[in-house]
Amino acid sequence: MALLDVINLKTYFSTMRGYVRAVDNVSFYVEKGKALGLAGESGCGKTTIALSLLRILPPNGRIVSGKILFKGEDIVALDENYLRTNIRWKEIALIFQGAMNALNPIFRVGDQIVEAIRYHEPHVSNEEAKERAMKLFELVGINPERISSYPFELSGGMRQRAMIAMALACNPSLLIADEPGTALDVIVQAQILRLLRELKDKLNLSMILISHDLSIIAEVCEDVAIMYAGKIVERGPALAIFKKPLHPYTQGLISAFPNVKAPKSKMVSIPGAPPNLLTPPSGCRFHPRCKYAMDICKKEEPEMIEVAKNHFVACHLINKK
Amino acid sequence: MEEILKVVNLRKWFELRAGFLSSLLSKKKLFVKAVDKINFEIKRGEIYGLVGESGSGKTTTGRVILRLLDPTEGKVFFEGKEITSIPLEEFKPLRRYMQMIFQDPYESLNPRMTIGDIVEEPLVIQKIGEAEERKEAVYKALEDVELIPPEEFIYRFPHELSGGQRQRVAIARALILNPKFIVADEPVSMLDVSIRAEVLNLMLDLRDKYKVTILYITHDLALARHICDRIAVMYLGKIVEIGDVEKIVYEPLHPYTKALIEAVPVPDPSSKRSKVVIKGEIPSPVNPPSGCRFRTRCPAYIGDICKTKEPEMVKIDDRYVACHLYS
Repeated sequence: MALLDVINLKTYFSTMRGYVRAVDNVSFYVEKGKALGLAGESGCGKTTIALSLLRILPPNGRIVSGKILFKGEDIVALDENYLRTNIRWKEIALIFQGAMNALNPIFRVGDQIVEAIRYHEPHVSNEEAKERAMKLFELVGINPERISSYPFELSGGMRQRAMIAMALACNPSLLIADEPGTALDVIVQAQILRLLRELKDKLNLSMILISHDLSIIAEVCEDVAIMYAGKIVERGPALAIFKKPLHPYTQGLISAFPNVKAPKSKMVSIPGAPPNLLTPPSGCRFHPRCKYAMDICKKEEPEMIEVAKNHFVACHLINKK
Repeated sequence: MEEILKVVNLRKWFELRAGFLSSLLSKKKLFVKAVDKINFEIKRGEIYGLVGESGSGKTTTGRVILRLLDPTEGKVFFEGKEITSIPLEEFKPLRRYMQMIFQDPYESLNPRMTIGDIVEEPLVIQKIGEAEERKEAVYKALEDVELIPPEEFIYRFPHELSGGQRQRVAIARALILNPKFIVADEPVSMLDVSIRAEVLNLMLDLRDKYKVTILYITHDLALARHICDRIAVMYLGKIVEIGDVEKIVYEPLHPYTKALIEAVPVPDPSSKRSKVVIKGEIPSPVNPPSGCRFRTRCPAYIGDICKTKEPEMVKIDDRYVACHLYS
């Protein structure tokens, strides 16, 4: 059984102008020791999924329906206290976007990690927690002595590593990383991606990697889910999807990425802009930008179909066959 | 091809403000050596890329060229005319030929002006044409950047447009003066992936149509390769390598360029993983390493010479590289 199984998740935000359907009927799963890449443009609902998994949505956000089965337990139905003491950080940890700036500037990084450990595991002594923090620093490739540094004394890459160390503090089985490479320089980004790969193998960690950058996902993940306007349009093994993307949006997204290591090809864009999620288009949400759009695309929402083992696509072009 | 812009021994140091106490105690001033003696020339009609990590000095270079900043030392020649030491009144008419596209279209457009006014403003400042002619020029510029039909856009405000459309407005504003030279500082980094290609392809088309020369500043080698003809790779205020973009990508000479290319992630899970060739991060430009600035991270460090002597730019075929491996 999969470690995490998300079934028909709907998360809406209520605003003055109505409901923003940020995540609308999304299903996916993550297996033990595997990494799933969640890709899509800004505003497609990637981060909302991460917040829903931990149930830390802002006050106007609500999980409307669906199930989030984590090790067989439904996170949506869990009691808040139980969730806080047993799931958040202990089982599922999240590295926020721009995490390097999420450290508190007036506390030493080590103390911040110790705090996280002792909050979730009150029986651990200060000394033990500190020792664990040093081990974690070593694990993520920072000199353990640096635990007594302040965040401003660390470079961007080191702060990102410290945040990863903090996320691993309670040995979670699922790590969610929201845009872990953004705002880092290319070389530092490559270092962080390598670290995530190594951690995954070493700790048999499951991961959800959220990024708008398909090349980052290609570097780390075995599976990919492509999101568009609050829906997953295609998901499956990364190798299959990158080699032969089936959904027109996936195809567009992949050809919009230049590859330095392959012969030069023309970069192709997808005309138009992502829709407003207050009033998403009818039928298939991608139809106004799709070059293959047919009549049915405007009327009916395409269903997810399994085209090959574990490879799912939601597109009327595929349905016809 | 003749050169349109030439940069000679350009230097830009920013003085670091010391705290009150330390300024009393020591007289020594500290400088951020953002750009430290760089030389390059751009040919007419080419798209020249300035590539480097954050803190390498690429944006400062672009700003000094347009005199948005004054250089500490060195010269910039535009069409053979030295432009860094002339008085600002003399430089202002030249701005007509040298324009800029900024990184963030959410901040570079005045939110209280309509699109029409924004695009027209350069003409007003340069006192070009009558109202009627100016309006025509605005229409044409908007058509050029494919904001069609223009009459639908001129009365709108920036907040009514998407990121991609705003960046087109910024491009239209730069183009309306028929410039010969444009500095584009990371023009697509704030845009969504699916529309990046659209803006880049538009810039390529406009270059072909108007033969405008572009200095394209970016940290993204993959994008630079897509749009640039030649690139200069910067590291800590210095240019380490200059050459044809395809040649540099396929066969980088400088160890830093090699590392940079290895580190670029590839959107293809079946290909080789990106490699981490070098450790650590870019050192502080306040106290850059002696000799070759890259020596502290260099995997090809060859000994004392790297520490003591700064490598000179040497020409290899039609490329330039500053590394002791080649001198």
